[in-house]
Amino acid sequence: MALFDKLVLYLQYPFVRYALIVGVLIALCSSLLGVTLVLKRFSFIGDGLSHVAFGAMAIAAVLNLTNDMVLILPITVISAVLLLRTGQNAKIKGDAAIAMISVGALAFGYLVMNVFSTSSNLSGDVCSTLFGSTSILTLSPGEVALCAILSVIVIIIFILFYNKIFAVTFDENFAKATGTKANAYNLLIAIIIAVIIVLAMNLVGSLLISALLIFPALSAMRLFKSFKSVTIFSALLSVLCALSGIIISILAGTPVGSTIVAVDVVAFAICHGAGIIRGGMSK
Amino acid sequence: MAYITVSDLSLGYDAHSILEGLNFTVKAGDYLCIVGENGSGKTTLMKTLLHLQEPLGGQILIGDGLKTNEIGYLPQQTLVQKDFPASVREIVLSGCQGRCGFRPFYSKEEKQLAEENMSRMGISHLANRCYRELSGGQQQRVLLARALCATRKVLLLDEPVSGLDPRVTIEMYELIKDLNKDGITIIMISHDIAAAVRYASHILHISTKIFFGTKDEYLKSDIGKFFLMQQEGGDGIVR
Repeated sequence: MALFDKLVLYLQYPFVRYALIVGVLIALCSSLLGVTLVLKRFSFIGDGLSHVAFGAMAIAAVLNLTNDMVLILPITVISAVLLLRTGQNAKIKGDAAIAMISVGALAFGYLVMNVFSTSSNLSGDVCSTLFGSTSILTLSPGEVALCAILSVIVIIIFILFYNKIFAVTFDENFAKATGTKANAYNLLIAIIIAVIIVLAMNLVGSLLISALLIFPALSAMRLFKSFKSVTIFSALLSVLCALSGIIISILAGTPVGSTIVAVDVVAFAICHGAGIIRGGMSK
Repeated sequence: MAYITVSDLSLGYDAHSILEGLNFTVKAGDYLCIVGENGSGKTTLMKTLLHLQEPLGGQILIGDGLKTNEIGYLPQQTLVQKDFPASVREIVLSGCQGRCGFRPFYSKEEKQLAEENMSRMGISHLANRCYRELSGGQQQRVLLARALCATRKVLLLDEPVSGLDPRVTIEMYELIKDLNKDGITIIMISHDIAAAVRYASHILHISTKIFFGTKDEYLKSDIGKFFLMQQEGGDGIVR
């Protein structure tokens, strides 16, 4: 029971409780829209946007902004809107545009940090922005509150617009033709995704955000057959993986972000296996 | 006054016109078949009728109490839908979305309407099944039920029988004929001129020449005779 005692001891520290709260909320938000992203063939948008957020963060660090959210959030939201716009009718196809923006932002971010940085530990800074490292364990109560408010807003919007998101995801043309404002809802989806990505940077760092968005949705799609059940299961799975990932990382001293993603990968493997076994039985 | 009056319409992409001088009307209760080769602009015409695309010139007038978003639509299947995890009920219900406006959830009447349309299409027993596991014919019935949730007046069907086997194709045509008998106006894009001539009341043939008229006029016209000769393989052209 030594492990359990250790856990109880750690839970008495407020920063561990903050980490768990924020981790669960972010995991919940990111899994909700993952299903839509996967089905709309937008899996890579999460990746592209997270690199944009990295670039923005680098600029914020150089400008010595105390609250870097002010810069990161608008830049990421604007990029998300632009990316979804180009996805529809552009000369550069959606996936190529994403690749361009994502690699470009990554390069500029590192360049800016390298040229202007005043920090003595540059590679450490870059690494912690990319992989999250310990930033989730150093959250202030203010950041926790902001994170909680944004998460709750995302969840409420998702529930209110659930049926519309379904209609637009399943068949955009039909939705448009029968009077649903599909473009407005695409915009809404883009903005929510950008907000989630900026939030999730605290948890897993900008490189691993896609995993948080995509894995729970893909796992749920192995096992469930209706949109509602896939959405609910992926939310539950994501929260479970985030919780166990954070706890494992605290107990074993591993980096938080990569541990959570590793748990997500294992969960996907299990769901995939279970899906194959069930498919085999029903035949 | 007709439901849809198209006058001197030009269609195309980026100012590059593929079709010009299109004139036709659709009245309540009509069954219009739009036939023509691939690339002649059939699908572009359909998208323009649905306001998914702007016409290059000319006019589409909607009248006789029809509203622009009261046109139900049966699209060709897209790639996304092939592995979409959704139950039949969820998809049919999504046809009611246009009525909702800003209301976030479906009302009792809308749920009732979805159930009615599922039983009308004979798919009530599939309501909780996963869409991607159904056969091609069953999937088309699901999408038809969804389109019926969106309209009581006009249905636009884009190649509704492509990819179906011959028996299911006939079932599909009979189903559409019954809907037309129940008072729903049908506009159908098709390759199958033989079937078009058998079921439709009006024909719009888009080719180097454009023909629009009733089925009987089409059978007597040069363009009609020419294309029907080419499709000799089709059985029992005129009934």
